[in-house]
Formats: sequence, structure tokens, C-alpha cells
Amino acid sequence: MSGAWLLDGVLLLAVPAIALASLLSRRILPALAAFVAYGLLLALVWMRLGAPDVALTEAAVGGGVTGVLLIGAAARLRMPEAEAPPGWPLRLLTALLSLGITAGLAVAVLALPEPAPSLAPQAAAQLAATQLGNPVAGVLLAFRAIDTLLEAVVLVIAVIGIWGMAPDGAWGGRPGPEQLRLAEGPVVLLAMLLPPIGIVFGIYLAWVGADAPGGAFQGGSILAAMWILAWLAGLVRPPRIDSLALRLLVVAGPALFMLVGLAGFVVADGFMAYPAAWTKPVILLVEAALTLSIAVALCLLVAGWPMRRARA
Amino acid sequence: MSTASAYGLLGAVLVGLGLYGVVLQAEPLRRILAFNLLGGGIFLLFGVMARRGAGAGFSGDPVPQAIVITGIVVAFAATALAVHLLLRLQVARDVPAPPEEPRA
Repeated sequence: MSGAWLLDGVLLLAVPAIALASLLSRRILPALAAFVAYGLLLALVWMRLGAPDVALTEAAVGGGVTGVLLIGAAARLRMPEAEAPPGWPLRLLTALLSLGITAGLAVAVLALPEPAPSLAPQAAAQLAATQLGNPVAGVLLAFRAIDTLLEAVVLVIAVIGIWGMAPDGAWGGRPGPEQLRLAEGPVVLLAMLLPPIGIVFGIYLAWVGADAPGGAFQGGSILAAMWILAWLAGLVRPPRIDSLALRLLVVAGPALFMLVGLAGFVVADGFMAYPAAWTKPVILLVEAALTLSIAVALCLLVAGWPMRRARA
Repeated sequence: MSTASAYGLLGAVLVGLGLYGVVLQAEPLRRILAFNLLGGGIFLLFGVMARRGAGAGFSGDPVPQAIVITGIVVAFAATALAVHLLLRLQVARDVPAPPEEPRA
């Protein structure tokens, strides 16, 4: 037990320290490196809170893919001329505001009701009906399926929003910068060695998510990370955004999910209800399509908007 | 104090740090970074609620856990949108807008 206390103590000190380092670092790259470490430490915190599914998502999306996105942007952005730092009254006011909110949240955390309200018993009682072994997958794909559907749609909308930033004449071309800076050195070797392992692991995570920690988001983000690595190393190029196949891949998951939801009106009790005998196969099918669409959408969200005039 | 409460206080501290950064950082990319620090703290508060609701053989209430997974992915989508707007803005500044045609 003492080992667990030690781990808790280290995490409780290290996470705010690394967050502070990320905020206060003078240069942007160390700040971003601290942010990636922050994501990985938070993943450990999630393990300590008994949430391995969230830990996997935080490590892959919160730390990994977000980190790549921000570091890529930092390399391309010219940093503005250093402005005069805000005056002390504003800083004091902001510090007081932040402290007040932290204090309010702390009081709320300490005053939480006992026993804590929980939907765990209901989830446990209904989980058998879904034939899933992982309660989080049960919530994501059965009990609160509408949230997951909307979230998959949000990814599609974000992709459309980013594509919409294409300058005049570039619409339809390949997203992202033409020349990447990383296209040599050890990253190329890594990009050749890692994807075969990562792709198997990503598919495994998506598949095992029905009964153990994992699922469409976690598996999809590992798959996306493998493509992003190969892209950064200059081994693959993103397809043109007017490619029909690409667009179909982006919407396949949400579209299938929506169709299954609508079919619920006919063959089951209503929207997003599954016929009892088919629950697990339908969930697995939806999860497979979602994994694919999430992976493609995450890649496109990192790649960005087309920059060069498209050649027909 | 339970372990979950201690992590709840950590979440509260992270929200405060992130908020301070979002308000005061000058560079937009750093604001986006601080927004993600803030989000991490809010998700952590959800995780503490989930942990306290452990029961029925689960290590935490699966409902808030699932909502947080959704939240992390949506936060990423919002971050990506913001970052690409920033990159687009830089290009827009480099290329001056064409002079407006006089309207008839």
C-alpha cells in the first residue's frame, strides 16, 4: 500500500509542477514538451482513479496527438514580437480570479455528498443485455450512444471547418504543407519500424474494447498516430480532399451509426435501440466503422487545410 | 482525506493554473495550450466523481468515464480548429487582400 501512496504523492506534486513549467517556460518548444509530459502524467492519474479507458485516451489524444498538432504549429508559426507583459493590476486580478475558482472547486470537491451518487449499479444491471464486458464500452455504444454519435459528428464538422479554411484556388488539393521539416534523420527509421506494430496494436485495442479497456477512440487514435508519424517522415502524402474515397471514409462511422440508430425505430424499441439478439454484432460493426472514421478524421485534423493551388 | 479527494484538489489547482494562462498569455498558441491544461483539470474533476461512484464491481462509475473520453476527443477537435485558424491567419496576413472593386 505504501508504494501506491508514494505514487500518489509524486503525481500530486509533479502534475501541477509540469503544468506550471508549461505555462511559465519562456520559449514555446519547452512549454509544449512539458505539455506532452503533462498528458502522460495525467494518464497515470487516470490509472490511479481506476479508469484505464480514459488513461489510454488521455495518453493517445490528450498528450500524443494534441502534442504533435501544437508542435507542428509552433514550427510553422512566426512568433509575434514580444508585447509588453500585462501590467500588475491585470495580473493580480487574474490571479485572484483563478485562485477564487480553484478555491470554489476545492470546497465543492471536499463537500461532495456521501455516499456518492452513482450510475454504476444500473450500468452493471443492464450490461448483460449488451453482451459487452467493458462497462465504459456499454455506456459509449449502448446506454449513452447518442453522445458518442454526436461526438463522431463533431469530428466530421471539425474536418469540414478546417478544409473550409483553404485559400482561394487551393480547394480540393492535398492538405498540409508541401515540405515537412522532419523528412530526414531518425524519425524516418522510426516511421518505418513502428507502424507495423502500431497498426496491429491499434486494431487490437479497438477489438478488445468490447470486453477490456480500449475501444474505437483509443484504437483509432493509435492508428492515426501511425499515419501521422509516416507523414512527418515524408513516407506518405495525404490524399486530395476532393477524393470521394477519403470523404466516404470520414463519414462512414457516423453514417452507419446513424443508420443503425434509425433502424432501431423499425426493429427495436426506438432511436438507437438495438434488437436484443443482435446487440453485440451490431455494436462491433458500428465500433469497427467508428474506429476507421475516427482514425481518418484525427489524421485530417492534424494535417490541416490545403495550401497549394490544386492541379487538376 | 481519500485519494480521490486529493486528486479532486489537483483538478481544482489545474483549472486555476489553466485559467490564469488563458487570460494572461500573449501568444495565441500559448492560450490554446493553457486551454488544454484547463481542460485536463476539468476532466480530472469528472474522474474524481467517477471514482467516488465506484460500485457494483466496477473501479469507477462508467458513465462519467465515458463522457470524459468523449470530452477529450471533442477538446482535441476544438484545439485543431483553433490551431489551423491561427496558421491560416498568418497566411492571410502575408497575402494582402486584393483591392475592393468599386461597386456600381
